[in-house]
Amino acid sequence: MSIKHGLLALLDQGPRYGYQLRAEFESRTGSTWPLNVGQVYTTLGRLDRDGLVVPDGEDGEGHVFYKITDEGRRELREWFDEPVSRAGRPRDELAIKLAMAVTVPGVDVAAVVQSQRAHTLRALQDYTRLKARAAEDDLAWQLVLESLVFQAEAEVRWLDHCESRLARRDLVAPAPAPLPADAGGGAVPPDTDDERSDDRAAPRRGRIRRGNR
Amino acid sequence: MNAPVLELRGLGRTYGTGAAQVQSLIGVDLTVDAGELLAVMGPSGSGKSTLLMLAGGLDTPTTGMVLVEGKEITGLPRRKQAALRRRSVGYVFQDLNLIPALTAAENVALPLELDGTSVRKARTAAHAALEEVGVRQLADRFPDEMSGGQQQRVAIARALVGDRRLVLADEPTGALDSATGEAVLRVLRARCDAGAAAVLVTHEARHAAWADRIVFIRDGRLVDDTGRQEGAESLLAAEGTR
Ligand SMILES: Nc1ncnc2c1ncn2[C@@H]1O[C@H](COP(=O)(O)OP(=O)(O)O)[C@@H](O)[C@H]1O
Ligand SMILES: [Mg+2]
Repeated sequence: MSIKHGLLALLDQGPRYGYQLRAEFESRTGSTWPLNVGQVYTTLGRLDRDGLVVPDGEDGEGHVFYKITDEGRRELREWFDEPVSRAGRPRDELAIKLAMAVTVPGVDVAAVVQSQRAHTLRALQDYTRLKARAAEDDLAWQLVLESLVFQAEAEVRWLDHCESRLARRDLVAPAPAPLPADAGGGAVPPDTDDERSDDRAAPRRGRIRRGNR
Repeated sequence: MNAPVLELRGLGRTYGTGAAQVQSLIGVDLTVDAGELLAVMGPSGSGKSTLLMLAGGLDTPTTGMVLVEGKEITGLPRRKQAALRRRSVGYVFQDLNLIPALTAAENVALPLELDGTSVRKARTAAHAALEEVGVRQLADRFPDEMSGGQQQRVAIARALVGDRRLVLADEPTGALDSATGEAVLRVLRARCDAGAAAVLVTHEARHAAWADRIVFIRDGRLVDDTGRQEGAESLLAAEGTR
């Protein structure tokens, strides 16, 4: 998330001091990404060092104003002109988790998918509730919320997809005997650890255990 | 405490016999209170439509029972079930089911007219319902003179018309673009906020998110439930610390 460019965009509309920038940043994005004033000052320091902003005097209460430079405006234009790189985003912890879950023996992958989906849906409900409450004319806030909504929805769809992939894998290759660690217990038939024995050919839900693929 | 608007107890439905037997729904327990919008999600073929048909008294369960406002509808004579459906339950069918020979307004007014409301009153209510879903200007069109999305909104108006306490909607946003779909969800939400109860079947998480509670159905069973939600600020605060 680019605090740097967010601050430049605000300063493009006139000189401002730290607290002001923080308050405006939060109101534009509806406090979705709360900033502390320390982050604002650190970022201003870096922008100053790079010649993108310059100090612009103090008011009577000692607030130091900053204003954007021509170099800063150029940087801001470039930011608006260029698509946001997908590669620069934080690694997707969930994708990594599921990749691990399907390869590490003994993990209940279906349960991982399900609890994640419930969690993501709850977030989606929260965003939607905020959207329902948001003022119709607060376009900036509406757009931020909708971005969160569509991202969460994409995650849910991907989880649905993972689930049907898992179900299909189970149909194609029936679960092998339990883990080697289960020594002496004897092979348990794949279905008996599932209380739903009346599920004929339907994809099995719940425990998916396998030692290897 | 008032009885829930809808209550399903141990609801099951089996189609066919022998090798062709399909257990479409298995032991579903669910309650929906006044003011509540419940979303049902699940893969195709998981039993969502079956659940809704049973809840609306359009099909008879193999096991269990359905109660609407505390009254068991399962055992009711057909005639009484039909009256209940017209009066208290609005249903949006997955395949719309508009009557081709009737205009939009006539389709929407029909359940009220069948129930003895005067033609004029029914027509006024129909126009109000069409207005609510944003297609009042289509009142005099026939179904084949409307787009899929427009027909869908008429079907939704037919389910909302009058003072329905329970609205059951089977994928009502299927043919709608994203903004129109949202508008429809806002209408359903407003109806629930005004005291109705609704069950919405959808495969779109974005639409399900308008519900107070989302349940999942798979292979005929309820497998997950997001619970009733309150308060969004906590989430945004947590998000900020990531
Ligand atoms: N009238 C019927 N006769 C036989 N099988 C049916 C009938 N209606 C539904 N089914 C079966 O019941 C299961 C659930 O169907 P349905 O409730 O329509 O699922 P969904 O709405 O979730 O896609 C499916 O396997 C479907 O084939
Ligand atoms: Mg269906």
